[in-house]
Amino acid sequence: MPKVKVDGVEIDVPNGATVLQACELAGKEIPRFCYHERLSIAGNCRMCLVEVKPGPPKPQASCALPATEGQEIRTDSEMVKKAREGVMEFLLINHPLDCPICDQGGECDLQDQSVAYGRGASRYDENKRAVTEKYMGPLIKTQMTRCIHCTRCVRFSEEIAGVDEIGALYRGENMQITTYLEHAAKHEMSANVIDLCPVGALTSRPYAFEARPWELKKTLGIDVSDATGANIRIDARGREVLRVLPRNNDDVNEEWISDKARYMVDGLTKRRLDKPFLRRDGKLVAVSWNEAFAAIATLNPGNSIAAVAGDMVDCETMFAAKKLVGALGSTLIEGRQTEMDYATGNLAAVNFNSTFSGIETADAILIAGSNVRWEAPLLNVRLRKAVKRGAKVFLVGPEWETTFGGQFLGEDLSVLGNLPQNVVDALSNAKRPAVILGGAALGRGGLEAGLALAGQFNLVRDLEDGTKWNGFNVLHMAASRMGGLMLGYAQKGGIADLVAAKPKVLIALGADEVDFTQFAGSMIVYIGHHGDKGAHAADVILPASAYTEKAGTYVNTEGRVQWADKGVFAPGDAREDWTILRALADAFGVSVGFDSFDQLRNAMIAEVPALGSEGLADYGSVLPNGGGSAAGQIAYPIKDFYMTNPIARASAVMQRCSAELLHGEDLAEAAE
Amino acid sequence: MADRYIEPDSPELRARWGNFIWTAENAEKAKDVVSRYPEGRQRSAVMPLLDLAQRQVGAELNTQGWLPIPVMEYIAAYLDMPVIRVVEVASFYTMYNIAPIGRFHVQVCGTTPCMLRGSDDLLETCKSRGMKKGHISDDGMWSFTEVECMGNCASAPMVQINDDNYEDLTSDRLNAVLDALVRGETPKAGTQDPARHTVEPVGEPTNLAAMTTSNHDYRSEW
Repeated sequence: MPKVKVDGVEIDVPNGATVLQACELAGKEIPRFCYHERLSIAGNCRMCLVEVKPGPPKPQASCALPATEGQEIRTDSEMVKKAREGVMEFLLINHPLDCPICDQGGECDLQDQSVAYGRGASRYDENKRAVTEKYMGPLIKTQMTRCIHCTRCVRFSEEIAGVDEIGALYRGENMQITTYLEHAAKHEMSANVIDLCPVGALTSRPYAFEARPWELKKTLGIDVSDATGANIRIDARGREVLRVLPRNNDDVNEEWISDKARYMVDGLTKRRLDKPFLRRDGKLVAVSWNEAFAAIATLNPGNSIAAVAGDMVDCETMFAAKKLVGALGSTLIEGRQTEMDYATGNLAAVNFNSTFSGIETADAILIAGSNVRWEAPLLNVRLRKAVKRGAKVFLVGPEWETTFGGQFLGEDLSVLGNLPQNVVDALSNAKRPAVILGGAALGRGGLEAGLALAGQFNLVRDLEDGTKWNGFNVLHMAASRMGGLMLGYAQKGGIADLVAAKPKVLIALGADEVDFTQFAGSMIVYIGHHGDKGAHAADVILPASAYTEKAGTYVNTEGRVQWADKGVFAPGDAREDWTILRALADAFGVSVGFDSFDQLRNAMIAEVPALGSEGLADYGSVLPNGGGSAAGQIAYPIKDFYMTNPIARASAVMQRCSAELLHGEDLAEAAE
Repeated sequence: MADRYIEPDSPELRARWGNFIWTAENAEKAKDVVSRYPEGRQRSAVMPLLDLAQRQVGAELNTQGWLPIPVMEYIAAYLDMPVIRVVEVASFYTMYNIAPIGRFHVQVCGTTPCMLRGSDDLLETCKSRGMKKGHISDDGMWSFTEVECMGNCASAPMVQINDDNYEDLTSDRLNAVLDALVRGETPKAGTQDPARHTVEPVGEPTNLAAMTTSNHDYRSEW
């Protein structure tokens, strides 16, 4: 623990800290452009200059200088002030003065820091450099004349994303950031470079010229595009969500989100269900709420009712539906829309027990039946970190392009019962072995085979340093999955049990992936927000709210309980889901025991106390014994990363990504 | 070196260079270069291999050689590294030509010592022979660039043509060198001053003259 003096105040800094980190520990703000906590140190912007003694009598770049015992650091001297002014003046020499038409305006590091540390006016009266336009795909808009060559985007794509596609060509003043031959950036995390860019060189293409940051109402939300539960900030103006940005949460998403989470929000204004509909003579007809409920009141389902929950619904909605179905005397509720029927008696057996930050420390990982890049891009980033630390990764399933190497063992589930010797050795010699089962490996005995591996390799263990390690993980794809399982949205036989019961009424809570032909004899009441597959099959449509339009509790695949707030109001006549379910109770003439959202939430917490506290729910660490044999060709459920949910399918941006990035269609750019 | 741009990717370029592979001789050399680096660090060999590829292209075209995009992709694949990293290196160093080049690449140094010793005359001479900065002459013979210091200040002014330096030039001496190149001869590299062998003083030493005979201590005279 070296002791250093920052502006005369002595502090202890951790070993290996840099001078910049020491200054931050002392509460001093150091301006910077190229330095970023999660990227390697480049030291090329020179903005973080400080005066350090002992050392040469000149300012030094604090981001790349290790803090050592006895250093005297000054961040407030005349030399430092002059140095910062000088660097800022040089940076601004070639930076265009186009802030009024720049989308970064108002949240621009260069703007802020030139106000705080610049000298106020330039002495440069030559021509500025101009850089030709670059194409980086449908998500990233470039204006490379504004680039200050910090290389954060280059380091992000190389280090975090693991796809070397952005680089710096030429040298000196002529340096240009570009993708190879201006191909589109093809990575499911690519848009994070927009957040990283300290200036307006890389901005968001779908959000271009939409709004200024100070016009936006910021709401804290949870992403529902996959089961990682990334923490997001919903930026809305009026009733429209204009963009979604990541929030820092080291346990979940660090500070990244996937492109789908970021850009599917334009789908929130398209194909929306904004009126109730009734099917009359085979056609859906728009009606008023009163007519809709009057029609429902005549159904008289008795206890012949069932509910199926979609992938994006919150716990409150599922709980309200459970209460409604329960009040009518039925227990038929299910959240696994496709034919999955794994046992859910012990939730530890279907949970991501290692946690995302924990999986980084694993040293041998077996992944079965998961295309992690598409099913959980944020987890892929963690796996890459694990491999960088020396973890060995083995994969079972059809080959996909990993960003971390790894050895593919075969495409059949039977590999799980018959692992090659080198995998067995790696897992048995590992200190922190882990198994990750994806959705494609849960059925056909896969989960049991995985649990058998958990026993064989002793995945649940006490480590030498006294901490506990649970290396058994199931990676879900639906944001509602773990919450649904905690609320009992699981039948023994999966959705087949609902089909067999032939319910008179089926309530579909935003369920769009169900094969509704199985429920041909049922009245399907669809409560959801998008006119997608579920609405097409419905007999009654009750328009509800999307994830940005209601407060809710979500549980991610780690079993982490998180709360989201309501960002905007739902469009048209759409209502929050729980109010619809409450009104349905009246239409059916039963009581569900809550009249307000708070009562509903309290009732839910009373029934499932774990949903009442933010953070990891405790499922225990005892895993059931597995066994049996798994067999069957693995097929990943996601065929198109950009089209996995109704919001994304409605989104023009996601459609374009799918067409251009996945299906290689050449979309002509309109002349600008 | 200003305005250096990568030759754009085009179907013609792909058709011409898409099937680039090492010649048998260069394949041996490339293998040898890669073997100089530790296992797994083979991408360190990117610079020598780019040079080798440029020379092979040059031999094929009878020019100094350059690096078309498909050739850079070939190197990237050969070293199992991302193409963008190869292009970064090739576009950074001016030693690599990233656009087509003439038979001889005439690089005239225009930095202060050469300028004081008459590099303006050399630039004029080149122009009068039909060379234009940053362009290939019409006959495909010459590419002409003005460059910054090449480190031959003691025998300024100088010109670098392909792999050789020609020093102590005047307009006439440069013309003689260029004429010889046109005739297909290989003029002697280095100083073109008949009175000099290398960069020794012209005439008597004017500095530190007392040191030519013994280790004279000048310190007391400062």
